[in-house]
Amino acid sequence: MLDADFFRRWMTACAASVEREADRLTALDSPIGDADHGTNLQRGFRAVTAALEREAPTTPGAVLTLAGRQLISSVGGASGPLYGTLLRRTGKALGDAAEVSEEQLAEALRAGVDAVRALGGAAPGDKTMVDALVPAVEALSTSFAAAKDAADEGAIATTPMLARKGRASYLGERSVGHQDPGATSSALIVAALEEADGE
Amino acid sequence: MSDGKLVGIVLVSHSAEVAASVAGLAKGLAGGDVSVPIAPAGGTAAGGFGTSSELVSAAAASVDRGAGVAVLADLGSAVLTVKALLAEGDELPDGTRLVDAPFVEGAVAAVVTAATGADLAAVEAAAAEAYAYRKE
Repeated sequence: MLDADFFRRWMTACAASVEREADRLTALDSPIGDADHGTNLQRGFRAVTAALEREAPTTPGAVLTLAGRQLISSVGGASGPLYGTLLRRTGKALGDAAEVSEEQLAEALRAGVDAVRALGGAAPGDKTMVDALVPAVEALSTSFAAAKDAADEGAIATTPMLARKGRASYLGERSVGHQDPGATSSALIVAALEEADGE
Repeated sequence: MSDGKLVGIVLVSHSAEVAASVAGLAKGLAGGDVSVPIAPAGGTAAGGFGTSSELVSAAAASVDRGAGVAVLADLGSAVLTVKALLAEGDELPDGTRLVDAPFVEGAVAAVVTAATGADLAAVEAAAAEAYAYRKE
């Protein structure tokens, strides 16, 4: 079973991973975006870490809704409301249980990903975070490791895609040949689940 | 009409200058009656390009006169932030709506219409109608 500490570790692992990979995320965002994805997520997950220390939420759902709120209010770019909605909706789906099973987490994350798709209007194949998140959620019923691999493959598979959502979509054909920064950061967030589990 | 209360207008842009400037333009084009509550919410709280949910919430609260608030947004994160705040439920005043309209033309149409005392649905319709104005 997964308790509030697991979800805190997940968020801490996300924050650490974003710190580590911020330059790479921003570099990916340079040719097809506005070169701020790494710094935006750094600001967002620093706010998440600070809020979790300050407010010490006691259930899995409360950890994720608090984290989601922080991302919506602190990021400043589109990834804020998108990742914020992902975590908040996942947290709401977990309710106020003190512990949840991995199956419940998989179900809740599916609701979170559905909310992201509704908010941004992106479908698989549009070269967005959805391309990493959808396969990850599918694989999550197998294991955290399988979800990580699926998210990584999903992110890599965005490279030949033509962007149909977000700023990159203005570039049309010129968006082809670049890995999507949002799918890449989504893969980091999914990978952090396995790190949280292993600790 | 809605009891003499005017619909509030919030303009959310990635740029503080764009939001403030479009607010000024819309007010100017509305003519004599500039009593329409209108608030810009541009850029990040730190003054950069982007969207601040705090600035959006504060702007909406500041123009809420009880007749509803029409929010117009420019691009990507401005639109997504307003939608996420609306989904949150308690972040924006009751009767706040994101209006699907072109930013500049929609803002002018919304402010001119709101100045007549029209209700939120009429303000929203006027702003959305601005999409139909072709420039070819």
